[in-house]
This record gives sequence, C-alpha cells and structure tokens, in this order.
Amino acid sequence: MIPCPYADTVPRTLKPPFARPILPMDALPAHMRPERSFQGFILALQRFWAEQGCVILQPYDMEMGAGTFHPATTLRALGPKRWNAAYVQPSRRPKDGRYGENPNRLQHYYQFQVIMKPSPPNLQDLYLKSLAAIGIDSGVHDIRFVEDDWESPTLGAWGLGWECWCDGMEVSQFTYFQQVAGVECAPVSGELTYGLERLAMYVQGVDRVYDLNFNGRDGADKVTYGDVFLQAEQEYSRHNFEHTDTAMLFEQFKMAEDACKKYLAAGWKEGGNQKEHLMALPAYDQCIKASHVFNLLDARGVISVTERQSYIMRVRELAKACGEAWVHTEAGRAV
Amino acid sequence: MPDLLLELFSEEIPARMQAKAADDLRRMVTDKLVAEGLVYEGAKAFATPRRLALTVHGVPTRQSDLKEERRGPRVGGPDAAIQGFLKATGLAKIEDAKIQTDPKKGDFYIALIEKPGRATIDVLAEILPVIIRTFPWPKSMRWGARSTKSGSLSWVRPLHSIIATFGLETEEPDVVKFSVDGIEAGQTTFGHRFMAPSAIPVRRFEDYEAKLKAAKVVLDPQARKEIILADAKQLAFAQGFELVEDQGLLDEVAGLVEWPVALMGSFDEEYLTIPDEVIRATIRNNQKCFVVRDPKTGKLVNKFILTANIEATDGGKVIVAGNERVIRARLSDAKFFYETDLKTKLEDRLKKFDQIVFHEKLGTQAERIKRIERLAAEIAPLVGADVEKAKRAAHLAKADLLTEVVGEFPELQGLMGKYYAQAQGEDDSVAAASEDHYKPQGPADRVPTDPVSVAVALADKIDTLVGFWAIDEKPTGSKDPYALRRAALGVIRLITENNLRLHLYELSIFHSLFFAEKTLSTFEGKIAKRGEPLDFVVPGLADALAQRARQITRSEKVFETAFEHYQELTRDLLSFFADRLKVQLRDQGARHDLVDAVFSLGGQDDLLLIVRRVEALGKFLDTDDGKNLLAGTKRASNILSIEEKRDKRTFDGAPDAGLYALAEEKALAKAINQVKSEAGAAVQKEDFAAAMSAMAKLRPAVDAFFDKVKVNADEPDVRENRLKLLNEIRAATRAVADFSKIEG
Repeated sequence: MIPCPYADTVPRTLKPPFARPILPMDALPAHMRPERSFQGFILALQRFWAEQGCVILQPYDMEMGAGTFHPATTLRALGPKRWNAAYVQPSRRPKDGRYGENPNRLQHYYQFQVIMKPSPPNLQDLYLKSLAAIGIDSGVHDIRFVEDDWESPTLGAWGLGWECWCDGMEVSQFTYFQQVAGVECAPVSGELTYGLERLAMYVQGVDRVYDLNFNGRDGADKVTYGDVFLQAEQEYSRHNFEHTDTAMLFEQFKMAEDACKKYLAAGWKEGGNQKEHLMALPAYDQCIKASHVFNLLDARGVISVTERQSYIMRVRELAKACGEAWVHTEAGRAV
Repeated sequence: MPDLLLELFSEEIPARMQAKAADDLRRMVTDKLVAEGLVYEGAKAFATPRRLALTVHGVPTRQSDLKEERRGPRVGGPDAAIQGFLKATGLAKIEDAKIQTDPKKGDFYIALIEKPGRATIDVLAEILPVIIRTFPWPKSMRWGARSTKSGSLSWVRPLHSIIATFGLETEEPDVVKFSVDGIEAGQTTFGHRFMAPSAIPVRRFEDYEAKLKAAKVVLDPQARKEIILADAKQLAFAQGFELVEDQGLLDEVAGLVEWPVALMGSFDEEYLTIPDEVIRATIRNNQKCFVVRDPKTGKLVNKFILTANIEATDGGKVIVAGNERVIRARLSDAKFFYETDLKTKLEDRLKKFDQIVFHEKLGTQAERIKRIERLAAEIAPLVGADVEKAKRAAHLAKADLLTEVVGEFPELQGLMGKYYAQAQGEDDSVAAASEDHYKPQGPADRVPTDPVSVAVALADKIDTLVGFWAIDEKPTGSKDPYALRRAALGVIRLITENNLRLHLYELSIFHSLFFAEKTLSTFEGKIAKRGEPLDFVVPGLADALAQRARQITRSEKVFETAFEHYQELTRDLLSFFADRLKVQLRDQGARHDLVDAVFSLGGQDDLLLIVRRVEALGKFLDTDDGKNLLAGTKRASNILSIEEKRDKRTFDGAPDAGLYALAEEKALAKAINQVKSEAGAAVQKEDFAAAMSAMAKLRPAVDAFFDKVKVNADEPDVRENRLKLLNEIRAATRAVADFSKIEG
C-alpha cells in the first residue's frame, strides 16, 4: 500500500466549475504527477474514486478480455444492493498483439474500471471531475459524450451510454447497464472504463505507448512502459499467434465449460429447489476461463465464422447461468 | 393568447435521434392539444445534445364548455338499459333525465350532459407527463435508484429536469404542475456544460432562447448548422482553399455541440499520397471532421476542420493539437493499410473467397464470382464488350472486399478495387469495372457506359436476382433485405439508358441453371416432361443449355424437371422486372397502364423494345386518331364480351366476306387487313411510330362501322359475321398493345 500523505488536503465536496484538479498538484512530488508518470496517473484515479466512496479493489487474478468481466462488475451489477467499486484490470486481447511493433496496439493493457450501483445522478459530473484529477482541464479541452451503445454478446449484457471524447480521441466508455448476464439490472449501475495507456499517452504527450514514462523519474532512474512490457508483448504475440497448443485449448474450453456447469449444479442449497446458491463465484471463474481460452483459439484462427457464433453462445450460456446463481446468493439477492 | 414552453433537459442525446425527437415532441403535444379542443396558432420544436424544447403559442386559456344531449332507452325500458344509461351519462337517478316524446317510437329519455371546459394549464398538467412517459425513442433506458421500481421512467439517457410554463406574454407565466418519476416541472434550465453550467431561471420561450444564447447554447439546430458551415467555409477560404461540403456530417456534428466553434488543423503532407477518398473517410467517419480541397486542382489539401463545443481559454490550441494527433495516428493506419494492400495483387486474394459464405443457400463468394464471370462473358458480345476483358473485370471486381482499406471503410468498396487494379497495370476498362459494376445504386446514381462495366454490372445484378429467386427470398412488402428492387432497377437503367438489346428471360434462365447444382436434389422423383420446344433468339443459347444439362446431370429427365422449374421462376422474375419498369416509367411520367398493355402481349423480355413501344403508344394515344381508335376498340371489346357471355362462345375465326351486306363492313374488313400487314411489318422493323401510324388508318373505318352498322343483326349468320369482324379489330390492335389494359 502506498500511503497517501495528502489525505487531509483532499476537499470533501466539490463545486463547479470542475477545472480545478482534485489534488493540489503542487503538493505532489513531480514523479507522482499524473502527467509525468503512468503509475502516478493510476494512483490519481484511484484516489479520486476512493473519495467518491468506491472500494478500491486490486485486479482480479485471472486472465480476462476487459474489466467488465471482473466479478466486481459482472456479478455485483446484479441484485438490489448498493455497490461502488473501482479497480485496475489488466485486459488481455490475444488478437490485438502486434509483436511490440504497433505504437498503440497491445495484447495486454490496463483498463481502469468504475462501477456505481445505483448510478448516481451526478455520474457525468463525477467523470468530468476525474478527468480534472488526472490533469485534463475542461476549460481548454473539448470533451464530448458521443453515442455508443454497449453490448457484450459473451456476457449477455447491454447498456446505453457514450464514448467520451477528449479533443477527438476516445478516452473512456460510459455505460448505464440495462442487462448483465441475461438479468435485468435493478437498479441500474453506471460503468466507466478508462483506457489507461491511451489517456496517459495523451496526458504525457507521447505517440508510442512504449515511450510512456512509467515511474515519473528522469535519466537513469526512468522506467518506461517499454522497459516493463515490450518483451512481454513480443513473447505473447509469438505465443498467441504461433505457439498456443490448440488441441489443449479446445480441451481446456470444454473442461472449463463442464466445471462451470458442475459447480453451478452443485451449488444449489438443499438440492434442486433453486432458492439459494452457495458457489456462484467459483462457477463464474470457469466462465471467465472459458472466455479467455476462446479468445486464444480465436487469435490462432482455428475457429470458423459459424463456429465462432456457437462458442460465443456457449460462453453466454455460462454467464447467464452464473448470473442466475448469483442473484440467489447473499450478495446478489434482494434484502 | 398564452404560450407553452416545454424543455426536457437530459444527458447527451445521440445526434442521429435529435431531429426526429424534436418533431415527435411537437407532433405529440399539438395533437393532444387539438384532441382536447385547444387549437393553437403555432408550434416549433428544437433539439440540442442535452435538451428537447418546444414552444406552442396562441393556445386558448380554457377549453370551451361542452353541452351534449344523449339519447337513452325508452321510458319503461329494461332496468339494465336504464342503469347502463345512468352510468354512461353520470346521472344520479333517472328522474334527472328529460323525457322526449316521439310519436312513432314512443317516449324516451334524454340526458343533458354539460361538460364545463377546463383550464388549459390543467389539461397540460395531465397530457404532458403521459407524452413524456410514452415518448417514442428508438432506444431508451432506465437509470439511478428509481430503476428498481416497475414502471419507472424510461428515457433516451437520464432525464434531469423539466421546464413547463404557460402564460401570457405580459404576465409572469405559471408553471404547469406535474412531475414524472420524481422530476418536478419547473422553470429552471442550465447553460453550456462547461462555459455556463449554473442554473438559469426562465419565464417563456423568448427569454429562454435568449438566456441560453447568453449561456453559450444555440438552441436551434438549423442555426448551429449555419454557424458551422459559414465558419468552416471562412476558415478554408482564408487559406485559399475550399471546404468539401458534407450535409450528412454537418447534420451529425450540429447534434454533437451546443456552442459550435470551428477550428482548422493540419496533417503531414506525406499522407496526401493516400487516395483522397480514403483520407476523407478516415477523417469524416472516425473524427467527424470536414476535409478541405484546393479549388484549383480539386485535390484535398493537408487541412481539416473540426467543430469543438467550447470556446477554449487558449483559443483552441490544445484542442487542435489533440485532434491533429488523433488524425495523424488514423492517417498513419490508413496509409499503412493502403500500402499493405498494394503489396498483394488482387487475384492473389481470391483464394480466400473459398472460405467466405455469400449466402448460406447460395454458396461461397468464390462460387458467386465464377458465376458472374461466366454470365459477364455471355453478356459481353451482346453489349459490345470484349469478352476477355469482361471476364477479367468480373474476376477481379470483388477482390477489394478483402483489402484492409475496404475492411476499415466498407463504403469504399469498388473504388479501392479500381485504384488497386490501376496500380497493378490492369486495362482501364477492367479497372473501372471494379468501381462501376456496383452502379447504379439507386435512381439518382450514375449509369456506367463502358461496355465492360456494363457487362459486369448486369452480370452481378442478374446473378443476385436469379439466385435469390431460386431460393425463394423475394422482396415482400417493405422487406427487401438484399436490395433486390434496387438491383432490378439497376438492370433496367443499364439496359434502357445504354439502348441495349437483351433478352432478359433467356439470360436469366440460362443463368438460373448455374444454381441448379445447389437445388437439384429438389427435383429427384419429380419427373415431368418438358413443355414447348425451346426457341431461343440468342445464338448458341440452346446449345449452351444442352451442354449445361450434361454438366449438371447425366439424367436428361432430371434436367428437364429442373428446367421447367427454372422457367417458372424466371417468368416470375420477369414480372418483377415488369413491375419495377412500371414504377420507373411512372416516375418519369409515363402511364403505368401502357406498360401493362405492352407486357400483356406476352413474350416481352426485351426491356428496350418495351420502353419504345410504350413511348410510341403514349404518343399515339395523345392524338385524336389514337383516342378514337381506343374508344372504338373498347366499344368492340365491350360488345364482344357481352355477346360472348350471352352465346357462351367466342367469335374467333375469319369473317365470311360473302356475308358483308353494307359498304362500311367491307371497308372495315379491308382496313383491318391493310393495317394488320402494315403494322405487323412496322413492328418487325421495330418501328413503333410507323406501326401506330398504320393503326391510325383503322380509325375512320371503325368509326363508320359503328355509325352505320347494327352489330346484332336479325339474321343470325350476319350477326355472327359482324361479331367476328369486331374480334378482328381487337386482334389487329394487338400488333402494338393490348388495348383492353389501357385505361380511359
């Protein structure tokens, strides 16, 4: 844990205009400023959302394609209980690997995810304040909410919202969840997803992701994003496109699918009366697993167009069954 | 009279929905007012990204009082009827009703219902929440804590506040009191999200619009468009350039800003090596910016114009720089795509089409391309195209679908194919066909004239039509998912505007057999005999079909069944063409009944001749000779059909010259013979004007005949002979058209 020596200086309430950053930047050491370091950038977002009452979670310890897959979003979006959380989630998109040669595309990158249930009436304002907190001043930037309806066929989820643009660049997704895992959201959650690398590149003014200053230091002490991730991008691109054992992956998909169903079936308390479920989370892990294995197979190009649909459907069936189980658990059910 | 001001203030409404929403709001409110007996003077609705606003002016303060007499049951009628009457009229007891005496039917009750008019503001308080709750957004959503409740408000995005005021210009207006899902109607709005976010109290439309303007919100979308267009033009002009105008983009951009500020940015000149269309698609689709050209060359320059939603404190420097970065990255991708595409020859991409399904029942794209190639080769000599070039063009025409640029910008399909074909040194006609074989896309689109493009364009469209006909996926009602109407219209325009002579029926049936492999199993066991002998005009087609038959199946009988089936389908397809032609000619001002008159002659599959026949017929019918001949023919037909019905027989066959009693009969018979041979010869020569002139000679004889001759003569044999003569009139006119289908 990084201690926050400035906690006392954080204003409790904010009034418009929101141009003023939430943290007095001068009080931060230079290397911690969001426009200087990638890690400082992440910390600024975490502090901001912590101030809004979110629990700051750590990344989920499984491979997944987007922060939305984290059970803190997918499952916690369901059911009537309040839930406010924010976290960084490493996101793996095997197909997007470019052997470290593309300035913007990565097979592993970070999303910053915020979920607030129910969606607060001032969520747009909070979002804009969060941009101010990472150094984006709405007085000189052109910030726009451009229609973007979100749908995840694998999660059986959809919502309405926007892509948030800053000077013509999409920097976040803003969604009011209407349905997740096939279950109607009641109440509706608001979800924000920040593409961290892209935003940090903009704030730091670099055109190549590997040139991002990771730790905010200069000279010999400076660590770049490339120092941390370039080799990984190269290795995983080889892995994803050339060397994954597809026979094994097909097997793993089947195993995860079977395991998910098995845990779901075993989790109903008192046999099959379907009133209380005791194992929704472990079952959902297997759904996440199946989804990632599918992405790996897809990257290898071994799934045809028609098969693709059927795999997506199989994952969705798992997600829906997990959602159904979740709303019968302690955290997911009506009080 | 007082005015209504309504504002629905929400989070950002999708640009594409704003115009219709404003219109819906105006329509719903005014319809409801009128239905409530409140006739208004005028109404106007507006939309910005964050609000829908409506002003209705000149609305009466109150509804007028209503007095109505309602007739009830007769006095002493059954109790159930009386109770029902009391309930319907709201009377407490039957003694409150009047009794009216009717000498015929006896006494009955009359209820006098007096409905005092209500204050308009109360009516508004009732109708506005209903309109808000039932507003027809294409997609709407729930939000916030209230979304747990069933029946919670659904809106396009979260709705934050409502203004509803009603009152006279001279007075402080009243707030229309209602609430929707916890949102109380009031008189507070908010200005620009960043430049003037605080609350603004408003009274009525005039101060509302003015205060918004002061708070950096231009309410009227039209005004925003004008500002953007004028500023963008000015920015381009100041640099000696010219804005590439784009109405669709302008409409969208105006829906993304409340306070438009046009700014100009630039990109590296190296990107100008990418085709202009790719640059424009990149900048337009992804960044919603306008491009700029050099008026001297017509080529794009390295500038773009963006529309910001803010007067930035630094004059827009950061905004321009940010947009330039994004556009640079986008163009860099586009350049990479374009250059990558150039490295692979178009024909080397075709193999991939083996894996790509065009339609589940119609096979892969590769199979489709082969079919189009064969058909294009068949059509080429008929339209004056070089067969080898047509085949080559058809071979390559779809290849660009697999390029990176078209993957990114599907609207550039065809155009990129042309560029890539040119780059690999293809013949100009072959390259042009990549782009032009998709044309014409609609009634306003250009029709290609190069014979190679024409051949491939026809082959592409006929393949689509015949294929979807073969699997019975025809357009129905408003549903036409494969744009088959557009394809048929394309064929019609290609043929008629290029003056092509094609036998559509023959080409279609020939082509339909290439689908036979896929559907042959359908015919197993359903063996039938072939009907009439084939008589084809196109040289060698019969041989080609026979050859085809041997390719498809060893069983001549199965082939025959298939052939019958495809004949049926093709006849149906042809009548679809006839319908489209009718629509097309009607749009050009021709009479649709004339198309019917020509089509019903049968055996008409040469569109150009049909059109010419219709034209000549139209001109003829505009003359006195034409009108009178039509009248005479119709009269003949009417008499015939009555007599045919009476005698239960037809009057076919040649009349007997020996039975002619009157000079007019002989004259008519002579005229008919003369006209038949003259008109027939003219039709043979495809000189329809001459055929019509020949027809005109029939008129005096027909007129004289009806003037002097009594058709239903007393002598049965004379009567029969005269009816046969009438039948001859009908037959003679069929040389040019079926006059019975002509109206008037």
